[in-house]
This record gives sequence, structure tokens and C-alpha cells, in this order.
Amino acid sequence: MSNPSQKKQHHDYWRANLSLLAKLLSIWFMVSFGCSILWVDWLDQFSFYGFKLGFWFAHQGAILVFVVLIFIYTWRMKALDSQFDVADSDDHPEKIS
Amino acid sequence: MSTQALTYLLVGLSFALYIGIAIWSRASSTKDFYIAGGGIHPVANGMATAADWMSAASFISMAGIISFIGRDGSVYLLGWTGGYVLLALLLAPYLRKFGRFTIPDFIGERYYSQTARMVAVLCLIFVSFTYVAGQMRGVGIVFSRFLEVEVETGVIIGMAVVFMYAVLGGMKGITYTQVAQYCVLIFAYMVPAIFISLMITDNPIPQLGFGAEVNDGSQQSVLQKLDGVLTELGFDRYTEGSKSTIDVFAITAALMFGTAGLPHVLVRFFTVPKVSDARLSAGYALVFIAILYTTAPAVAAFARLNLIDTVDNTPYAEAPAWFRQWEDTGLVAWQDKNADGRMQYRAGSALSPTKPAFTGARGELGERLLSNAPTDSANEVYIDRDIIVLANPEIAGLPGWVIALVAAGGVAAALSTAAGLLLVISSAISHDLLKQTLMPQISEQQELLAARLAAAVAVCIAGLFGIYPPAFVAQVVAFAFGLAAASLFPALLLGIFSTSVNREGAIAGMLSGLTFTFAYIVYFKFAMPQLNSAEHWLWGISPEGIGALGMLLNFAIAILVSHFSAPPPNDVQELIENIRIPASK
Repeated sequence: MSNPSQKKQHHDYWRANLSLLAKLLSIWFMVSFGCSILWVDWLDQFSFYGFKLGFWFAHQGAILVFVVLIFIYTWRMKALDSQFDVADSDDHPEKIS
Repeated sequence: MSTQALTYLLVGLSFALYIGIAIWSRASSTKDFYIAGGGIHPVANGMATAADWMSAASFISMAGIISFIGRDGSVYLLGWTGGYVLLALLLAPYLRKFGRFTIPDFIGERYYSQTARMVAVLCLIFVSFTYVAGQMRGVGIVFSRFLEVEVETGVIIGMAVVFMYAVLGGMKGITYTQVAQYCVLIFAYMVPAIFISLMITDNPIPQLGFGAEVNDGSQQSVLQKLDGVLTELGFDRYTEGSKSTIDVFAITAALMFGTAGLPHVLVRFFTVPKVSDARLSAGYALVFIAILYTTAPAVAAFARLNLIDTVDNTPYAEAPAWFRQWEDTGLVAWQDKNADGRMQYRAGSALSPTKPAFTGARGELGERLLSNAPTDSANEVYIDRDIIVLANPEIAGLPGWVIALVAAGGVAAALSTAAGLLLVISSAISHDLLKQTLMPQISEQQELLAARLAAAVAVCIAGLFGIYPPAFVAQVVAFAFGLAAASLFPALLLGIFSTSVNREGAIAGMLSGLTFTFAYIVYFKFAMPQLNSAEHWLWGISPEGIGALGMLLNFAIAILVSHFSAPPPNDVQELIENIRIPASK
């Protein structure tokens, strides 16, 4: 599987993947552990559609952000897959060994 | 038709549907049995994952727990959804690319060790069995409450149904029944939620009604009114927390990372055709889960408000019909401490001990008398948390078919999760223990037979746990997450994202994470329950949240031990390279 240019491409794909993960997981951390737990009391001073903002994040908002994050991930990964020419084919992938 | 007859009809129809699907989708190969042939559409897999995931606890108990603890209930809401982000971004696509049958398969190959495989089997069986026992009990309880049969009979009926489709159909049968079960359970959950939202706020969408004004002309929002009413009665405010921040943080983390490490959820991502489908499928799964998980906190707030309105200071003689009906099942009780004939609902425990012990006799007003000693609290009403979902349709004055629907939904939630858990247990035994370790010479047909036998035995053991629940079952179910977070999650994550963590590191990490978490839980929950309070906990972290620390310990030990021993061999390096790339080149 490894001619040097392909190896380099796989390496770059993996780095692009890791940087996407770092961005998405920081948002994941901020809405869940941040807005809903660590900063919840401070955010509660703001009002959002009948809710205290911190409470809304803890009981509604964080879950909605989680859903959005996964779809951004699938969309961005699909773009990375074709950019680096590593997309999976439609037929069933063969076993590795 | 009476509610009782309707309930029998709806539950019976749903069973006929599940068994029909099981016969239609029989498994003919080990690939069918373990991973449904690997050709499940991502949307179908998302639905099946959601049903697999949402257990009797999510369906029946979660809204009730939130209802009584208010904002701190976020640990469950966040923990049991946030884990899917980790699952989708960090594990599912890579495990799908690896593309075998079980989670111990991955651990065994990546860490080139049968010992590692067996440690993973051990973690898997421990986590899954504690979880499945609770599900069978849940089936029994739903049966006994709605159909008025004994819990034992309920468990046996549930066992027979799961037996049919898990043993016959394996993963293939389970997947399609779970799709049907998801539809039943979400419909059953949403209908009463929409009605109660309309009743209290005039808004049909519970997620919006949750923030809207109460329609009693007071111009207060639901949460303002709830906070006001609760403080008047001596409770904590609904929108404020009472757990310490560090504990909320740790419990949420343990539930999130545990979710991402649960074998019966992970294995679902082996069933889709390709890597990009695994990513997408995790997204759909979370959409389907989020529908229930954003509704639950709204139901919790509406029901609490409604409960106080209809119960507090109401003369028992005028108590709503549902109150008496659920009193008969022991889920609510009233002790007239001040002898005024009215039900006072206040903060604090009404009874000592807290669970009602009925004498069998009735008082003048027809209430069931209790042998519990009264407490100092002015509270006279005992309310079981499960009442919030179970009695919701009656509290909201909905017709009998909605009540029947909730019963069918509760059974669907419990059965779908039980089946998923039984499948990972049986495949760990037939595939990892027999085929890969003890008896590698057996043929595929023999392995399939072994898988069916293992599933059958697992169903029976789970049923026994349901009928004779060991005292610890209810308490340990929540700990399955902590154990999964502390044992399997780090080994899986490092197996994909690190090229240097090796056999020695992974085994040492899994064992130390598991041992530490298990010992901490046993110490505080069973050995020294009198010490189970914040001042004795390590850094104020409760046994529910300790899995988060166990996980960090696992990571630290795995990395440290790997640093001082030989790196993984070349073929493992190639395996890691391979799973990181979606293309099968």
C-alpha cells in the first residue's frame, strides 16, 4: 500500500482529520462541560426565550449542538476524503488481513 | 373497550410485529448473526441504535428523576447524548474500517494478544450483564403495572419474545425489530408529551412549551412558576443545582465516555456498509435519541408543576382518579399526619423508611394505611419517580389508548435494549471465547449454533436476574457506564489514535481502570455505605462519577507502561495506518 507519495498523502489526510477533530471537540467541550456545568450560574443571568440561558444549555441547547456537530463532521470528512483521494467505495470493503 | 383490554391489544400487536420480523429476517451465517450481514442502511442503523440505546431507564425513569432533581438532571441529558459525539468522531468510523464482528476482536488484533482479548471479554460481560438484568426487571414492572400480571410472569413473557428474535435472527433480527421498536417507543413518548404541553402552555411542541408562559393568566413562564411554587413548599429551586460542580462534571464525564465505550452500541457500527455510513449513522442515531432527550426535560417540568397543582392541599376525598389507581400499585402513598384529610406535599421525605409499607387496611377516606413511622417533615405524600412518565397520560386526562401506548412503548424500550445486550454477550462467547481462543477448529455452522446457544443461555440468565433481582442490580446499572469508561474506552481510543501504545500498556491500563473504579464503587456502595458522603469521597467525586478518574488512570498507565516496553510490531503499525484511511486500498 505504500509508495512514498501515497504515504505522504495519508499522513496529510490524518493531520487534517486531527485538526478538524480538535475544533469540533473544543466546541463539544465548551457547550457541555463549559456552558452547562462550569459557567452555568454566570450564564443564568441572561434570559433566552423564557429560559435562564445556562439552564437552557444544560437541558436543551447542548444536545442540539451535539447533533449539529456530528453532521458538520460527516460533511467536512466527506470533503477531506475526496480531497485526499481516500474515499470509501460503494462496494463492501474487503477485510484487512 | 376498557383501558386494560386496549393495553393487552396494543402490547399483543407489537409482539406479533416483532416476532413476524424475526421470522422474516432469520440469520443464515455468522456474518448475519453478528453484524446483520453488514448491509444495514445508515438511517435504519441510526434508528436501531437509538432503540438499542434508550432503555427502560430512559423511557420510564429519566423524566421522573429530572423532575425531582431539577437542573442537576442535566448529568443524564448531557452524559447520554454527548457520548455520541465522541462515538461518531473518535471510534465508529475506525471500528467500521477495521470491520470484524466484535469489540474484543479489535482489542485482540490491535494489541496482538489473546490476553488483551480476554480482558476485553471480561469487561464486556461485566458491563453488559449488569445492564441487561435491569432491562428484564423493567419488562416485568411494565407488565405488572399495566396488565396486572405478576412481575415474574411479565419477565417470562419478555424472555420468550426476546428469545424468538435474538436466537433466531441474531443481529439481523434484532436490527429490524429495533427499528420497529424505536417507532413504537418514540410515538408513545411524544403523544402524552404533546398533550401535556398543550394543556399547560397551549404550545404543542414540548421543547418550546418548556420556555413558554403558563396559560393560567399569571404571565409567568413554566420555569418561573415552578421555581416559585417549589420554594413556597420548601423545595430547592428547579433551575438551580444542589450537587457540587466537580461532582456534576465527573458524573457527566463518566456517563459520556461510558456511552462511547458500551459494546452493544459500538457493535452497531459494524453493521453499515462503509466508513462514511458509520459517521452518518451516528448522526442519525443522535437525532433519533435527541427527539426523546429534549422532550424528557420538558415533560419533567410540566409534570412536576401539574403534580403540585393537582395534589398539594387537595382533600383526599377529591383526589384525582389516577392518584388512587397508582396508590393501588404502591407508587404513591399518603399518610395524613395532621389529620386534616388533605394531602400536603412538601420538601423532605414523608415516610420512614422512605418506601411505603402498606398494612393492607384502609383508612376512613379509603386511603391505604401505612406501617411506616411518620417523619418530622410536614410532607404527607410519597411519590415514586416513575410515576411522572407512567401516569402522565392519566394526569393529563388522556384517553385509554394513550395509556395502552405508553405500556407498549415501555416494553419496546426494555426489550430492544435487552436484545442488543444479549447479542454482544453471546457473540463474545461464541466468537471470542470459542472460535478465536478455545476451539479454533469449529466450522462456521458450528460457530453459528454456538452463538444461538449462547444467546439462549444468556436470555435465561438475564431472566433469572429479572425474576430474582440480586439486591445490588438496581444500584449497579448506573455503574456500568463508569466501568465502560474506565476499561474499554481508553483501550479503543488509544488503539486508533496512538501508534505507540502496546499490548502491555493496554492490558495494564484496562485492568487498573477497571479495578480502581470497581473497588471505589464497592467500597462506598457496599462495604462502607455509611461513609458514602461528599466529605469522604476522593476530591468530592461520588461513586457515580468515579469512572471519569478511572479513565484518566487507564490512559496514564497505558501510556506510561508502553513507554517502557517494546513498541507494537510492524504488522500492527500497518493495521493502524489502514483503519485511519476510509478507502480499502
